Amino acid sequence: MKVSAIITLKKDVLDPQGKVIHQTLDGMGFKDVNEVRQGKYFEIDVKENDPKKAQKIVEDMCNKLLANLVIENYKIIEIQ
Amino acid sequence: MKSAVITFPGSNCDRDMHVALTKFGFKNKMVWHNDNELPKSDLVVLPGGFSYGDYLRCGSMASKSKIMQSVINFAKSGGLVMGICNGFQILVESGLVPGILLRNKYLEFICKNIFVKIDNKDNPYFKNLDKEVFELHIAHNEGNYFCTNDQLKEIEDNNQVAIYYCNDNGKTEEKYNPNGSLKNIAGIFNKEKNVLGMMPHPERMIDQSLSGEDGSLFFKNLINNIK
Repeated sequence: MKVSAIITLKKDVLDPQGKVIHQTLDGMGFKDVNEVRQGKYFEIDVKENDPKKAQKIVEDMCNKLLANLVIENYKIIEIQ
Repeated sequence: MKSAVITFPGSNCDRDMHVALTKFGFKNKMVWHNDNELPKSDLVVLPGGFSYGDYLRCGSMASKSKIMQSVINFAKSGGLVMGICNGFQILVESGLVPGILLRNKYLEFICKNIFVKIDNKDNPYFKNLDKEVFELHIAHNEGNYFCTNDQLKEIEDNNQVAIYYCNDNGKTEEKYNPNGSLKNIAGIFNKEKNVLGMMPHPERMIDQSLSGEDGSLFFKNLINNIK
């Protein structure tokens, strides 16, 4: 199954890249932006056909490697 | 005294660290990240560099490499483990010291000499040092130390901050903070103070004609403390 996960910085963690992107967008004329936060997206094809089990495997990966839970949250957004 | 420097794919300060340790009397061995066992050592060093190309998060891949289980066991049994720069990043990713190193606040790679204050001397690394302000070198893109409020409280309660960024008089104000790190933190210990992670490179300050001697003071003191 293909499992998609996104990893985002927690709310109170400074995101300097997001800030610079926000400034650049502002300079380009996109004036309606409140805030930009940058994150990571993973598509993982696992050898497991049960969606619940596949999700568990990827959650385990997120906890152990893909995310650092001091600063990041993860969310499984799609399983197909 | 025996030391071991771990080489990860992408380490680039491993040889400098070997030269420094050897210069001050350590019998050093280089250890490959894919080995299972550490040689008998009094000190293990995780060197600076760009292990695994800094992919995912700096130090995250290296913290899962084969040798790290032995390094973690060695640290848990009280052995001295020191991580410099990328080595510090590997230490936080392996959970040996709390927190994490984020991208520098102003998104610049910083390569320059800075001053750090060492006033926490109740530990095997800095015990007997007779000065407080050291000129060392930093070269990093992710040195912006961060931890949760709960972690910070624990770190401060246990006196785990090892070194602070400061000016040449030892003033630890925000304007002397090169990378935005929390409370000017440049290095921290684990609770037991046998594991030290720091961004500055003492191994780059061991030659008067090339750089400076403040790194020499650190290494001379360290080997005397271990003896």
